[in-house]
Amino acid sequence: MAESFRLPGRGRLAQARTARFTFDGKSYSGVAGDTLASALLANGIHLVGRSFKYHRPRGILSAGAEEPNALVGIHRDASRKTPNVRATVQELYDGLTAVSQNRWPSLGFDVGAVNDLASPFFSAGFYYKTFMWPKAAWKSLYEPFIRSAAGLGVAPDQPDPDHYAARFAHCEVLVLGGGAAGLAAALAAAESGLRVIICDEQAELGGSLRFESGAAIDGQNGWDWAQAAAARLAAMDNVRVLTRTTAFGYYLQNFVALAERVSDHLSSPGDLPRERLWQVRAKRVVLATGSIERHMVFPDNDRPGVMLASAARTYLNHYGVAVGRNVGVYTANDSAYAGAIDLKRAGVNVAAIVDLRDNPSGPMVDEARALGIEIHGGRGVVRVGGRLRVSSITVKPRTGGDGERTIAVDALLVSAGWTPSVHLFSQSRGKVAFNDEVKRFLPGTYTQDCISVGACNGTDGLAATIDEAYAAGAKAAREAGGKAGKAAKPKVEGSENWSRGMLGAGPGAEAGTTVKAFVDFQNDVTAKDIRQAVREGMQSIEHVKRFTTNGMATDQGKTSNMHGLAIAAEELGKAIPEVGLTTFRAPYTPVTFGTIVGHARGKLFEPTRRTPMHGWAERNGAVFEDVGQWKRAWYFPQRGEDMHAAVNRECVTVRKSAGLFDASTLGKIEVVGPDAAAFMELMYTNPWQKLEAGRCRYGVMLREDGFIYDDGVVGRLAEDRFHVTTTTGGAARVMNHMEDYLQTEFPHLKVWLTSISEQWAVIAVQGPKSRDIIAPLVEGIDLSDEAMPHMSVREGRICGVPTRLFRMSFSGERGFEVNVPADYGEAVWEALWAQGQKHDACAYGTETMHVLRAEKGYIIVGQDTDGTVTPNDAGLDWAVGKKKADFVGIRGLKRPDLVAEGRRQLVGLRTRDPDVVLEEGAQIVADPKQPVPMKMIGHVTSSYWSENCGRSIALALVEGGRKRMGETLYVPMPDRTIEVEVTGMVFFDEKGERLND
Amino acid sequence: MLLIRCPYCEEERPEIEFRHAGEAHVARPSDIASISDEEFEAFFFIRANTRGTVYERWRHVNGCARFFNAVRDSVSDRFIMTYKAGDPKPKKLPGV
Ligand SMILES: [Zn+2]
Repeated sequence: MAESFRLPGRGRLAQARTARFTFDGKSYSGVAGDTLASALLANGIHLVGRSFKYHRPRGILSAGAEEPNALVGIHRDASRKTPNVRATVQELYDGLTAVSQNRWPSLGFDVGAVNDLASPFFSAGFYYKTFMWPKAAWKSLYEPFIRSAAGLGVAPDQPDPDHYAARFAHCEVLVLGGGAAGLAAALAAAESGLRVIICDEQAELGGSLRFESGAAIDGQNGWDWAQAAAARLAAMDNVRVLTRTTAFGYYLQNFVALAERVSDHLSSPGDLPRERLWQVRAKRVVLATGSIERHMVFPDNDRPGVMLASAARTYLNHYGVAVGRNVGVYTANDSAYAGAIDLKRAGVNVAAIVDLRDNPSGPMVDEARALGIEIHGGRGVVRVGGRLRVSSITVKPRTGGDGERTIAVDALLVSAGWTPSVHLFSQSRGKVAFNDEVKRFLPGTYTQDCISVGACNGTDGLAATIDEAYAAGAKAAREAGGKAGKAAKPKVEGSENWSRGMLGAGPGAEAGTTVKAFVDFQNDVTAKDIRQAVREGMQSIEHVKRFTTNGMATDQGKTSNMHGLAIAAEELGKAIPEVGLTTFRAPYTPVTFGTIVGHARGKLFEPTRRTPMHGWAERNGAVFEDVGQWKRAWYFPQRGEDMHAAVNRECVTVRKSAGLFDASTLGKIEVVGPDAAAFMELMYTNPWQKLEAGRCRYGVMLREDGFIYDDGVVGRLAEDRFHVTTTTGGAARVMNHMEDYLQTEFPHLKVWLTSISEQWAVIAVQGPKSRDIIAPLVEGIDLSDEAMPHMSVREGRICGVPTRLFRMSFSGERGFEVNVPADYGEAVWEALWAQGQKHDACAYGTETMHVLRAEKGYIIVGQDTDGTVTPNDAGLDWAVGKKKADFVGIRGLKRPDLVAEGRRQLVGLRTRDPDVVLEEGAQIVADPKQPVPMKMIGHVTSSYWSENCGRSIALALVEGGRKRMGETLYVPMPDRTIEVEVTGMVFFDEKGERLND
Repeated sequence: MLLIRCPYCEEERPEIEFRHAGEAHVARPSDIASISDEEFEAFFFIRANTRGTVYERWRHVNGCARFFNAVRDSVSDRFIMTYKAGDPKPKKLPGV
């Protein structure tokens, strides 16, 4: 199909370089450099989408990032389907596939459009009111209905196959926006030689010079000057020019986030990342973010073909596309006249300019008149003909009365004036102030080292903008420590004035009317909705916004906020600043999750920690479980075994002969120094001064509030050296806890703490044969019970490498924990494994470790305790030094609640039916017949099948548990109630004889 | 991301190197074992949670690992100054 609206010789694109694309399956042709929007318009297509709530046909409103209507899906392949892409931002590439959204069965005929007729149902606040009752219907009825009826594009259903890059950058001057103002500021700042970064969301720098036809700078056409300036900047070593890059977040201390779209515009992106996140720290920031044109608010102002005057001008002057053949203009300021003049000069018929102002005058008006364009002053557009495309406008005197006239048009250019883009300034926590004379919010109080220049600062006219921006760029460089350069300031001839305009609804959409005059196109919010919100009691704009959802769509109300505010203010009878302005938040425009996540996905989402023996476990068929960042061997199934069978075999084998267990993940801290014992006294409840070198002790660590924080076996290697172990999960926080006290509360103690968790691999060898297994490999340590009793530690060698050998047990069997330097972990494990096989030992995993310790009633901090358990609750009173004058938690333990009767205490539970295994976390009651809600007196903390006991075993926290020995309690489950008996915590070898067997 | 000056490293470093550690200048009583319930409550549970200038502890956990104190504005998040643990609460704040 020919591009019948492309004007030969117009615009800046090389029209011979065509690109093919499809829209809703139909093939079209565009030109290299087009956006999808300009290419569609070149083919005469205005209707591109359906609106969010009412499914109204929608066209292309703008030519930039503020676009609320023209959202489409861009499909590269099955997994690359990006929804809600603004057609005005998406650059065309050969082979691009676009689809319209939120319509069924087709864009031209959409069943959902009945919502438009049912609109009273969808009026302001409908989310809050209509569906309040009954509650249950939300899930089954209302939500599915709303979700299918109202909405935007469809999220992709496959993982994102693209990759995203990230960069940190530092500079002295960061310029946000590459229009005339940004370029001038960057040129001035760059002269200093300091590092300058300038970014702009468009493919080329130039900003509004893209459409402003009358400007000349340094004797050049404005656009050509901008390209030359951009090239000059790009050639400087100290300047980085980032195009297709949106500054979307302004954070504290001049930290600005930029999203660079690297390859979305390419036909074949190859290996390039899709987008790149820049995190920039700048000494000074120059905000040159420009302004955004507002639409006029009148009945049916959303018909395809109605578009911003500046957009129509951009399509003409840059893309060489006429948005119609017979266009009308509806405005309240001068800038739209420029659009009419440009179109007329390009041979497009301009049917009428409708101007709300009574007697429009000035050079622009004169020029339009001289070109023979009819001007209807003091009139408004009160009706629009056409549904899928505007076909006519009906014009009426502003003040009412006779003289209604209908004029045929195929496009309508609208402009209510320009809103300064103070979004990033506001994000910087600067305060905007309302300038009543020009009816604009402008930067007021700055809180960061930044400055606004040009249109975003309310500066009108190109000459004034460049003056201001150039001076600000030079000043920013000076303040950042640079010296001004010698380059001359750009000279401007000819410039347009875009000041003034109007806010709020025009004739035909006044209070009392029921027409659909849209304020927020993307969220389908009308002037009537805003008035209704006020009538229903919303006083502040923050409330009006939430009630109507005005400005809450993905465009964040770039075109709608000021109109909404003005209508609310009028209805409230208040001045605009009294009603307030909603807060602007990051991101300025939508940012993909991919950009924010960057490389931190999949395997790079979080580090995976593997022990030195991980490879052996893998080769020997271990099933792993995640414990924090660690991969731990869970169990080692042999041929044909399920988990249950494997764990049963491992549990029995350890108690019959022996087992090898990888305990390397345990936290390990070396506490060294002349005051090491004194420090240990303060950090743990136990006494340490009298512990002999070479002996071990089970230590309990509390927080200051008296609750158990961590536990572990501590070996005293020498008078001044302790080898402390912590739980796997507690390693980092225990180190932090110790450092905190050592640095801030007990700095007088001469102690040095070192985390040694990763320096030592730990192989637990547990079971009656454990000594026989390690003995042939150990040198220099007497392993006899006399020389090395239970709970002792020795330093020596194993397999020829140094070892810290602990005789200790977390299984209840005679046992050792062999610490060797991590690099030797796997080799020593292999050697021990070879020995173990001679004694029918097994390798066992964390599940068996858990069962064995539960059989012995050894607690696991974090499983059997939950941060509200005291040593007494856990039956560990014996570990609290009664004669100690101080330790962390000593006072907390005396709190009334902690010494009160009836606290939950750890006990054992035996199910009446030994085959029933309780569920961990299950609640316990004394009387199962009581009415619901029952009084719960405890819960199950650990529960396993114990093959060694031939029955199930469980630990539980139960109110006054130790006084309930022998009592029957009940565990109500959804399908039955389980009867249990309260017992002691030790289920196996109650006397502890096997430790020395 | 904030920049925080570590008084030990004497450098401004990015926030990700640091961890917040609660209100500063809450000293653990030297006779803690014998203080009253009210005194313990005041020491352990009650915090000022001021709107405006706050004194708080930070740790340069992914740096020199030292705990230090900072003065910060809890409204603007701006760091006013940092100083070493054990130094007295500053009487005069720069720029305040
Ligand atoms: Zn430091």
